[in-house]
Amino acid sequence: MPRVVVDVMLKPEILDPQGQAVANALPRLGVSDVASVRIGRRIEIDFTGEPDLDRAREIADKLLANPVIEDFTVHLVETDDTVDANR
Amino acid sequence: MTARVGVVTFPGSLDDGDAARAVRIAGGEPVRLWHGDADLHGVDAVVLPGGFSYGDYLRCGAIARFAPVMETIIDAARGGLPVLGICNGFQILCEAHLLPGALTRNQHLHFRNRDQVLRIEATGTAWTNTYQDGQEILIPVKNGEGCYVADPATLDQLEAEGRVVARYLGGNPNGSQRDIAAITNAAGNVVGIMPHPEHAVEALTGPSLDGLGFFTSVLKHLVGAPA
Repeated sequence: MPRVVVDVMLKPEILDPQGQAVANALPRLGVSDVASVRIGRRIEIDFTGEPDLDRAREIADKLLANPVIEDFTVHLVETDDTVDANR
Repeated sequence: MTARVGVVTFPGSLDDGDAARAVRIAGGEPVRLWHGDADLHGVDAVVLPGGFSYGDYLRCGAIARFAPVMETIIDAARGGLPVLGICNGFQILCEAHLLPGALTRNQHLHFRNRDQVLRIEATGTAWTNTYQDGQEILIPVKNGEGCYVADPATLDQLEAEGRVVARYLGGNPNGSQRDIAAITNAAGNVVGIMPHPEHAVEALTGPSLDGLGFFTSVLKHLVGAPA
């Protein structure tokens, strides 16, 4: 059964101090060619029946993301079980 | 008759006891409300206390906004019920869209815990009518996600309508836009404040008694309010 994945990201104009802290740590790994890092949140939703993208969008809009500061995208992925079955 | 002021306890609230005590010291009757109970038990006003409701999972206040008691409070607030959200309570009020904007991670990433000077800039609200316009007060601030943000149009509107209730003086503890520490809705009955007036109501436990005005204000407001 496909799984619904909701990706939530801070809007570009909202400062992401967490991402900045990670970006600032990269030179310590010897990485000097990264301009910026932004950190978001991935939420995986398994419906009991067929995955419902419209319902997932509603959930994302009402609860998972705060539209004042965050954008979100919704898409389907195959679950690991399905991937295994296809192997 | 003594005004009854509800204080909601969510899973993870930690300043509910102090908020109830502040209500009592101000001369009101605190009424403890439970997040899972949609009934407001006839209270005349509500305080949403500080803490970490629902573990701050997802975003601060995001899950608390859907608690049964909040569904009732949201309706009542739109009908004029005075509601004060302190710290996590402010976050809940923004998540509930009773106040505009949002509260994000402190810009410097540090939890900030200190006594903070504020300037009261709106005294027409249900929660600030006993202060003088421009009065400077000293109350504790303690937050990790207290950085107030909103789009420029919203910020301009808040300023134009006199809805910035308090601003940080002597250093902005979290990077809040335009040094905003507290705002109100258009009607003036709903106020969200990031610092903690309930921790400054007694000489023994606070840096001043400056926070008491929030609680005496709502009592004064309720006395003057039509029945």
